[in-house]
Amino acid sequence: MTTFLRPALSLMLLMTAITGVIYPLTVTGIAQLAFPEQANGSLVRDNTGKVLGSALIAQDFSGDGWFHPRPSAGAFATVASSASNLAPSNPALATRVKDSAAQLAVPGQGPVPLALLTTSGSGLDPHLPPEAIRYQLARVAAARSLPVQAVEQLVAEHIEQPLVGPPVVNVLLLNRALAQLNN
Amino acid sequence: MHSYDYGLILAFFALVLLPAPWLGRFYYKVMEGQRTWLSPVLGPVEKVCYRIAGVDPATEQSWQKYTLALLVFNLVGFVLLFAILLLQQYLPLNPQQLPGQEWTQAFNTAVSFVTNTNWQSYSGEASLSYFSQMAGLTVQNFVSAATGLAVLVALCRGISRRSAHTLGNFWVDMTRATLYGLLPLCLVLALFLVWQGVPQTFAHYVNAVTLQGADQVIPLGPAASQIAIKQLGTNGGGFFGVNSAHPFENPSAWSNLFELASIILIPVALVFTFGHYVKDLRQSRAIIACMLALFLIGGGTALYAEYQPNPALNSPLVEQSAPLEGKEARFGTTGSVLWTETTTSASNGSVNAMHDSLNPLTGMVALVNMMVGEVIFGGVGAGLYGMLLNVLIAVFLAGLMIGRTPEYLGKKLQAREVQLLVVTLLVMPVGVLVLGSIAAVLPSAVASVSNPGPHGFSQVLYAFTSASANNGSAFAGLNANTPFYNLMLGLGMLIGRFGYILPVLALAGSLALKKSAPIGQNSFPTHGPLFVALLTVTILLVGGLTFLPTLALGPIAEHLTLGF
Repeated sequence: MTTFLRPALSLMLLMTAITGVIYPLTVTGIAQLAFPEQANGSLVRDNTGKVLGSALIAQDFSGDGWFHPRPSAGAFATVASSASNLAPSNPALATRVKDSAAQLAVPGQGPVPLALLTTSGSGLDPHLPPEAIRYQLARVAAARSLPVQAVEQLVAEHIEQPLVGPPVVNVLLLNRALAQLNN
Repeated sequence: MHSYDYGLILAFFALVLLPAPWLGRFYYKVMEGQRTWLSPVLGPVEKVCYRIAGVDPATEQSWQKYTLALLVFNLVGFVLLFAILLLQQYLPLNPQQLPGQEWTQAFNTAVSFVTNTNWQSYSGEASLSYFSQMAGLTVQNFVSAATGLAVLVALCRGISRRSAHTLGNFWVDMTRATLYGLLPLCLVLALFLVWQGVPQTFAHYVNAVTLQGADQVIPLGPAASQIAIKQLGTNGGGFFGVNSAHPFENPSAWSNLFELASIILIPVALVFTFGHYVKDLRQSRAIIACMLALFLIGGGTALYAEYQPNPALNSPLVEQSAPLEGKEARFGTTGSVLWTETTTSASNGSVNAMHDSLNPLTGMVALVNMMVGEVIFGGVGAGLYGMLLNVLIAVFLAGLMIGRTPEYLGKKLQAREVQLLVVTLLVMPVGVLVLGSIAAVLPSAVASVSNPGPHGFSQVLYAFTSASANNGSAFAGLNANTPFYNLMLGLGMLIGRFGYILPVLALAGSLALKKSAPIGQNSFPTHGPLFVALLTVTILLVGGLTFLPTLALGPIAEHLTLGF
């Protein structure tokens, strides 16, 4: 036993130094030089440099003049974020989805997109599918007294289409551009 | 399914299958101490490690000594991590001044990371300091994967050596696996992830004022470096509580693809490493074929099941499409299901969508992947040594059918080997059925269940399956942070880890001692399609028959009551 203790202890401490200290410090050093924006949380700032949020973390938008993100099971809490973990068979899920559908449905626009009725895995999903954005277009344009085409144009500019994933729109960035359009 | 869904699937298979032969040869050279292109950089580091530790890299160990070294090393790791988690308020790099974990939770977390399970009954951003994440968890992410790799190469040596008394040197195998096998890949992946948006900083959490004037705290930390090893080491313990669903942990469709591929990159490559050890790459191709078949059956079933709209949400006001509860918009259905299939096949356990909210049959695929013992690619090292046990069982069954002493690659399987195989067959049933039954009848344990009906049973079943299979994913609605679950699941993880490692090393020692019988006409070939089929059926039968009743009570009952 004791003949094993020295190598076990010293290798554990050495591995702690190498993989637990040197490795993360190296990654931090290179990352801060090469990708400082992302490494520090992809922060979004206003003209005076004040932090408005992170491009990757959803914000709770309410009111007719903003595009709303997906609902959040954790009420947009960031520490700690959380999911609903409702089973497909849980009656609470069906009740919640149908109740919000009754509230959100826009006459003449068909059923409400599922993304607007379901909470995400993180509770902080910064994106919406383009059709879930378009479903809110008329409301936002009317509330801001903007021509629908102008808002439509803005939405189109914000659609991201990666080759290996579905098209999405970042809601915070879209809303910020919307506010600037009004100004 | 859209073109980008096929794009994701194709890119995923290309990323894991194309580098595998090369990477597998690299791992063989590394573990056998041969020179590689990394030797000029890492060779001196390795030598310093051995000098400080007092290890002579040329001295080999018997299977007993190899096992003892492994156990002492893991015990030291457990004690160190347990202490860090309990005492983090007295340790550095704790900008949020978080207190230490409660002792049953610290026990659970320490066991979880030492056994490469990475089950989490805590939420990282709310309860762990940067120091605990880095110097505690990240380190175990590396060395637990390295331990799995060491056990695998010990078994490979046992099978390939003749009349040998030693299996290699655990200290050397663990050190090489960490330095050459894991560190360089992690460095590359971590930087790619930062580029995609994963934070890597030691700064405090940031206070923001949102566009609508609300206060928002933005949690940060050295996340990318930990997430890289969490994926590559088949660990799966998230930096943030919601794991790879968190936009900081997995920011884009591209980070999703690379994190996905990283889960099974090394496990696939190691199958070729085995081929180099036994000097017969046909064996590798046969095993890969079986793994791929099981992966495609599971993945295909899960994709089909998850694209079905939930009948409970049927209403003219609700869009009828694939369920999105618990899923992120940037991954979509295919990106989430492919992850579920991969992470449960490979004992990784990280999630990018909440498994609790998956359709019942998708959740069942995840359960089955774990119940068959994490051998469909499986964890780093652990997946293949688990698969080789199944290979030996299939060989034994074939031997019974044709009435000859079974042999694998020239090694006769006799009473001792078969006894050890049977011990490993009992691990999953004991962990899942015995421990799970206790939880299912204990009122205080049932109180942790968060969903009604059959799904509530599935939550308990999933927890014990995940722990015993050293996976770590969860039906996370279950409140697992109670002393009962922290201790019982900790026990399940220990049974699931060492219940395999000890018999596997004993088996390796026993096989190494044997002479090699000449492979003649009487030997059952283990590289053809017939053997692949036999192996696949063996895995499904052994796992399937044991657990079918529990699946009927959980996901199948839920599927039927929902009226799909």
